[in-house]
Amino acid sequence: MLEVSIYRYNPEIDSEPYMQEFQFDTQGKDIMVLDVLEKLKTEDPTLVFRRSCREGVCGSDGVNISGKNGLACITPLSEAVKNNKLVIRPLPGLPVIRDLVIDMSQFYAQYEKIQPYLINNTPAPAIERLQSPEDRAKLDGLYECILCACCSTACPSFWWNPDKFIGPSGLLQAYRFLADTRDTGTEDRLADLDDPFSVFRCHGIMNCVQVCPKGLNPTKAIGHIRSMLLASGT
Amino acid sequence: MANMRTMSFDAVIVGGGGSGMRAALQLAQSGYKTAVITKVFPTRSHTVSAQGGITCAIASDDPNDQWQWHMYDTIKGSDYIGDQEAIEYMCKTGPEAVFELEHMGLPFSRNENGRIYQRPFGGQSKDFGEGGQAARTCAAADRTGHALLHTLYQGNLKNETVFLNEWFAVDLVKNSDNAVVGVVAINIETGETVYVKSKATVFATGGAGRIYASTTNAHICTGDGIGMALRAGFPVQDMEMWQFHPTGIHGAGTLVTEGCRGEGGYLINKDGERFMERYAPNAKDLAGRDVVARSMVQEILAGRGCGENGDHVFLKLDHLGEETLNAKLPGILELSRTFAHADPIVEPIPVVPTCHYMMGGIPTNVDGQALTLDDQGKEQVVDGFYACGEAACVSVHGANRLGGNSLLDLVVFGRASGLFIEKQLREGIDLKDATEDDIQRAMKVLNRINGSQEGEKASVLRAELQTIMQNHFGVFRSGEFMKEGIEKLKALRPRIENVQLTDTSNAFNTARIEALELQNLLEVAEATAVAAEWRTESRGAHAREDFQERDDENWLCHSVYFPHDQSVAKRDVNFTPKTREAFEPKVRSY
Repeated sequence: MLEVSIYRYNPEIDSEPYMQEFQFDTQGKDIMVLDVLEKLKTEDPTLVFRRSCREGVCGSDGVNISGKNGLACITPLSEAVKNNKLVIRPLPGLPVIRDLVIDMSQFYAQYEKIQPYLINNTPAPAIERLQSPEDRAKLDGLYECILCACCSTACPSFWWNPDKFIGPSGLLQAYRFLADTRDTGTEDRLADLDDPFSVFRCHGIMNCVQVCPKGLNPTKAIGHIRSMLLASGT
Repeated sequence: MANMRTMSFDAVIVGGGGSGMRAALQLAQSGYKTAVITKVFPTRSHTVSAQGGITCAIASDDPNDQWQWHMYDTIKGSDYIGDQEAIEYMCKTGPEAVFELEHMGLPFSRNENGRIYQRPFGGQSKDFGEGGQAARTCAAADRTGHALLHTLYQGNLKNETVFLNEWFAVDLVKNSDNAVVGVVAINIETGETVYVKSKATVFATGGAGRIYASTTNAHICTGDGIGMALRAGFPVQDMEMWQFHPTGIHGAGTLVTEGCRGEGGYLINKDGERFMERYAPNAKDLAGRDVVARSMVQEILAGRGCGENGDHVFLKLDHLGEETLNAKLPGILELSRTFAHADPIVEPIPVVPTCHYMMGGIPTNVDGQALTLDDQGKEQVVDGFYACGEAACVSVHGANRLGGNSLLDLVVFGRASGLFIEKQLREGIDLKDATEDDIQRAMKVLNRINGSQEGEKASVLRAELQTIMQNHFGVFRSGEFMKEGIEKLKALRPRIENVQLTDTSNAFNTARIEALELQNLLEVAEATAVAAEWRTESRGAHAREDFQERDDENWLCHSVYFPHDQSVAKRDVNFTPKTREAFEPKVRSY
């Protein structure tokens, strides 16, 4: 039997959070962490977590799995279990609403700050704006972000300054638009980021890269933004 | 409940997927007070899982491409019960709607000339079926739905749409004229119940694949809009038509895009034979999805299935080479490695037909207005009520949807609904206010569930419902067996209505949401079952063993299911496109 330890907290009932222990029969199968949660919820309907696509593209079920942030639906037990034990906690650093569900308002607010949409005030052509495959390739590794918050909630700089530091996810998206040849907002975008906190609180710890379930590299994107800021400041 | 809070909007869109956000964008741009009620944060909606692309005659791959060819393919694909006026509108308006998405920033893949990359998909042709395979599906690698959904969310942020994220719509509120004047909704985080009043209520609630045990659909696809419409007494159309996607990953159900076959992949049986050459000599693996899915089941039934139990076939991709797979199908490599433990670069993916798409839904006209039939069978618009996307049946997919047409449908008709409501709001919408009794009627189900301490667990009842649907209403159907399924659903109804809710907390109570979703699944399942048993022919996705032929004399029609007596009526298919003569039904072969 697998030992599963899950963070529980219902603000209406519990004075403080606690870890609840479950025994789980995997029947020898290497199932996903989400499968374990789903099965446990059939036993105990009060267990609360978010989930939607169950295939790693919607970003709902970011949780902390045995110490590492990841998506429950694409993390197999073989990667998550240590010494026959699976520990599931909410993503760290943001307020807990209930059990594994966190309040992501601060995370979304940082995303909204970077103007996450294409800015191009020139009249649009009757067809699409042309873009070479080479220029389009500059968006690879950037546009795939699913806003799961695994990276930002693994980032010590974001833990200290969630209101002022944009965080790895938001900055990855900031660079997604800076890198887009169709976007004409570069100057404004850089001006908005040019303060001691928004970008420069990144200390290159690279937790974000380690945990991103989509294999993206926010640290590298942040490096590009820094270079652009430095170049524009001269 | 007398003190329930009311929030008022010009327009309320229920559902934050592609069609809902496209409708919301249109209305927010026009300055009307618009809210989106969505049970998940918008980018978690199921549109995000669409992979292969959005089919549209933008004439990038082939400069001579014509929307009329796309129209022909779609009508043929629908097995001739798609409404031709609606299909014409979709195919003709499509390019404009797709270019708008590109202008908003959607990161489409590109050709060398800088135009949007298009790939071949099933059922596509040039020159009205005479000019060979077309490549008409606009793609952002194999993550088109993700790219589209995020772009639309970004557009809505820019235009300051109000989002009621993680709110769940419970039921429609109708006034004394039987017009829709909003919904009752729960704020999931706090448990607060609110009357969301609106001059226009748009259902963009998506599909309901979770009525089946094996589905490509997300957990959230529980047919909430269909359930609410039926409980409010409104009819639904063509609910017997469910698409089984040929390539769901065996065991997991996760989708593998048709784009794999578009890029040159093909299906093989246990002998390594490319069996689609026998079933569809011309289009082969790119025949209509219904045709490919049935062929696969026939191979498996004939003992030529793969694996220990011979219960699936293989999708072969390795011959395309690592470079192509990395560039064109990176998401599929990820999914296959994760869920099938197979690396497509060196080995085939085990696949099986899996429930994928609901062709039926709330009947609407091209402007998104919900329709009902009066006692004489005449069409009537339901005031205040609109639907778009998978929840609607406008009907552009008829008996079988073509790949890539769902994203086009949701963008074109989300936009059309928005445009029309904008016009109506400008002219003035005047609906009677709901009375306290009207609002209380919409609270009936929620009140019942909130007080339900006895009964069985939602998870158990849901699994039972899914098994019934999987066994009795799958790829192949027969009358006797469907009747048995209908009886089982009948017996299940009181048990589901009496579902237990032990968690009475107001804080993010997902047990309550799941109990409510279960009510909606039941409504969808019953409508599907009754309509499927009623249609005694085989057409598109509806394949009957006891009526194997298409019967145009009797069944070239829509089914309209009425909830109050579970009756089904026929409704004429539209054969009057505006700019050209209709495409007449002919034998459908690929």
